[in-house]
Amino acid sequence: MISADALLSDCDPTPVANGLKMRDSKDDTRAGSRILNDGMHNDVALWVDDMCRIRDNRDEGAFIKVFQHFGPRVKAFLMKTGMDAALAEECAQEVLVTVWNKAHLYDASRASPSTWIFTIARNKKIDVLRKQRRPEPEDLPWGPEAEPDQEDVLGLQQESAQLGRALRDLPEKQRELIEKAYFGDLSHSEIAEQTGLPLGTIKSRIRLALERLRHSLK
Amino acid sequence: MNDMTVKHHLTDDLLMAYSAGDLPEAVNLIVATHISLCDECRASLDAYDAVGGAVLDTCDTAMLSPGSLDAVLNMIHAQDSAVTDRPTPASRNDSILPAPLADYVAGGLENVKWRPVGMGVKQAVLPTSSEASARLLYIPAGTAIPDHGHTGIELTLVLKGAFQDDDGYFARGDIEIASEDVHHTPVADISEDCICLAVTDAPLKFKGLVPRIAQPFLGI
Repeated sequence: MISADALLSDCDPTPVANGLKMRDSKDDTRAGSRILNDGMHNDVALWVDDMCRIRDNRDEGAFIKVFQHFGPRVKAFLMKTGMDAALAEECAQEVLVTVWNKAHLYDASRASPSTWIFTIARNKKIDVLRKQRRPEPEDLPWGPEAEPDQEDVLGLQQESAQLGRALRDLPEKQRELIEKAYFGDLSHSEIAEQTGLPLGTIKSRIRLALERLRHSLK
Repeated sequence: MNDMTVKHHLTDDLLMAYSAGDLPEAVNLIVATHISLCDECRASLDAYDAVGGAVLDTCDTAMLSPGSLDAVLNMIHAQDSAVTDRPTPASRNDSILPAPLADYVAGGLENVKWRPVGMGVKQAVLPTSSEASARLLYIPAGTAIPDHGHTGIELTLVLKGAFQDDDGYFARGDIEIASEDVHHTPVADISEDCICLAVTDAPLKFKGLVPRIAQPFLGI
């Protein structure tokens, strides 16, 4: 079911490049269908839509979907970084509460929902395991009036999906290497080079978006 | 605030470790400050964060406890009723210190508690966890910092002015990453006083007697 608001929102997932439209009356069972052949791009688009509905409409149904998909992943991630199950459970809950509370900061042209939630989970890890503040880069001076470019939103979705596929397709050992780096086993040296992940395109897209933004602010 | 003239960037190792959340607080601080001044590295960081997102997506799942959803819904309901518009952060218009750094000196450059360390050089150690240390350095125009090597890594980010050493010319936003084997003598550019953020993860080794005596006072 698509609300009028969702149709008007900047991240309505319908006009995807390949013309596929996955959201339909079977909406509520779609979690299972997200695995379909080349559904990864559509998956990202659907999660983006859910995030935007949380952000714009405080949509609890969308939040529950996000919770059910990402909650168990965040918990597993936190356990791999060294938390026991009870602490990881508590922290995963807090991460999802943060997703709700900070949804107004979610920008679909800069991060996929999984990327955004990853950064929240990572900050929780630093907070709890290292007991430290985490200095964050200064926000870019874009105000609420700076609507993200739809092309950037779609492009980022496609590249996030591409990155996900690339990660999944890596030989087992290389994928483990990357997971270890992100789970805190301190082995990042030259991982990007060794694994050949397609970081170039996503980097240049973000770079272009930043440049365009900077121009529009002048 | 970002002039697109940054020439010396963070390494992929540092960006990835920052994205993964594996760095000491002082190193996080200098990485966040550089990224505030450098779109190139900001884009790289976003790409590494995207890798983290992909890892989160593809990693195993751990079943949440049965009451988890209810607990979370209760928390968001409890907070929603209490939520007011969040206060906008105090405007930081410091033209020298980007926001993450301004946070560590209670606002702006005028609040830095400088301590003289000789030859007109001043420093202010910033409060971070002890695994690595961060300090602001104030180097008068044309002054040389004593030749030193270090046991660990030393990161130096220019915030104002510029300095020159064997590795090149470093101006605002540029970060020098000096590894263990580097002995260098940075000299502040003659045109203006230089302010840097310097982070070390182990004590510096100064060559020569006077700097060695000075070391305990510098605390580096």
